[in-house]
Amino acid sequence: MKYLAEFRDGELVQKLLTEIRQTVTRPWAMMEVCGGQTHSIIRNGIDQLLPPEIELIHGPGCPVCVTPLETIDRALAIAAQPNVIFCSFGDMLRVPGSHKDLFTIKSEGGDIRIIYSPLDALKIARENPTREVVFFGIGFETTAPANAQVVFQARRQGVRNFSMLVSHVLVPPAIEALMSSPTNRVQAFLAAGHVCSVMGYWQYEPLAARYHVPIVVTGFEPLDVLSGIHRTIVQLESGRAEVENAYSRAVQRQGNIPAQQILNEVFEVCDRQWRGIGMIPQSGWALNEKYQEFDAATRFHVDDLHTQESALCHSGEVLQGLIKPNQCPAFGKECTPRKPLGATMVSSEGACAAYYNYGRFIALESIPG
Amino acid sequence: MCLGVPGQIKEIYEESGARMGKVNFGGIVKEVCLEYVPEAQVGDYTIVHVGFAITRLDEQSALETLKMFQDMGVLDEELNPTAEADPGLHDNAR
Ligand code: SF4
Repeated sequence: MKYLAEFRDGELVQKLLTEIRQTVTRPWAMMEVCGGQTHSIIRNGIDQLLPPEIELIHGPGCPVCVTPLETIDRALAIAAQPNVIFCSFGDMLRVPGSHKDLFTIKSEGGDIRIIYSPLDALKIARENPTREVVFFGIGFETTAPANAQVVFQARRQGVRNFSMLVSHVLVPPAIEALMSSPTNRVQAFLAAGHVCSVMGYWQYEPLAARYHVPIVVTGFEPLDVLSGIHRTIVQLESGRAEVENAYSRAVQRQGNIPAQQILNEVFEVCDRQWRGIGMIPQSGWALNEKYQEFDAATRFHVDDLHTQESALCHSGEVLQGLIKPNQCPAFGKECTPRKPLGATMVSSEGACAAYYNYGRFIALESIPG
Repeated sequence: MCLGVPGQIKEIYEESGARMGKVNFGGIVKEVCLEYVPEAQVGDYTIVHVGFAITRLDEQSALETLKMFQDMGVLDEELNPTAEADPGLHDNAR
């Protein structure tokens, strides 16, 4: 497949690794923001091929992992209602809520449909005019244009039995929160390539300057990831802190303008809770006034939500890069992808699941449970 | 769920007022919304995420990047032919 095989070429991987080894002179810690990159890094063993000076800290960029528990519980309550068809991306179904997950609701008779594209949810709504069709609209900036488009289309086509439970999150405020945390160890960022395909990377320029932190836009294939790491190391070693684009075949500085126009049409920036992390100001998107009627959170009144996280789960520390998944005492024991205690064990982009699926069972040291 | 997959646009058409198309992902053909790549033509490569094309892949740029990787270290080797060319897998004790 064009553009896939080429960017997985083993010989070029070795070349880039050599180049990185020759550049690095002292320890550096960098964070790959995106769970898709965590997945690629662990699957391809990139973390084990790098020189020991380079530590990759896995970031919070997995939407499944950071969707707040309160929103999961709300989704469960809505999905359990008799007249509702609840549509979701597949990996949300196993995410643990306070007491259940969507799979449980489905086995108890809830009409839950796994969809590939948000447009499928709109189609289901048109085909079932007497039912309420609710779409679980989660994601980072990459997914937002798809979710925004479907609400835009629902309004334009007058599909009134459609609504969206929105939990959108944004990368730049998360970087800001990480950098201003007193426990921060991150010295550079690999910015998520596809988030930047949509939003561009001009937003990161003030962050790089303010925190003196290199930010390199990075793709997902082994060569892309290594190229991002290489450029980051070159900057760190020379004391520079700039925004660079190591994924130029898919990202331009200004991003995707038609997508941004729809995002502006449908969404407005809001404060957002991140599961395991807490509230980050101005870090999410919600439907704006014009599209309020499509907001499932207001259409379905769900009160009495008493959220309760697993006492064993350390996913908050994992998401903030404070521990590696295999340092969690429950990892691979009480917690596995089949029976996840935390959302980071669910999606293949969650750091815990990536470590589990690719056999990273041996931790340097475990933290006290 | 956040992965974007590259594929080649095979067909472009309109449906319910939206620009749609068929995209081939290494043999699997899927329907994709092309609203966000208004400039894309049949034959172009695009990155698709949850059924939406989010960017056109710039072929020129892909080739340049690959060439840059290929050229890496070439100068070192020419100037200093005894330098380690391929140290093999790095023994990483972590
Ligand atoms: S291994 Fe399981 S319990 Fe531990 S942090 Fe990850 S998701 Fe939570």
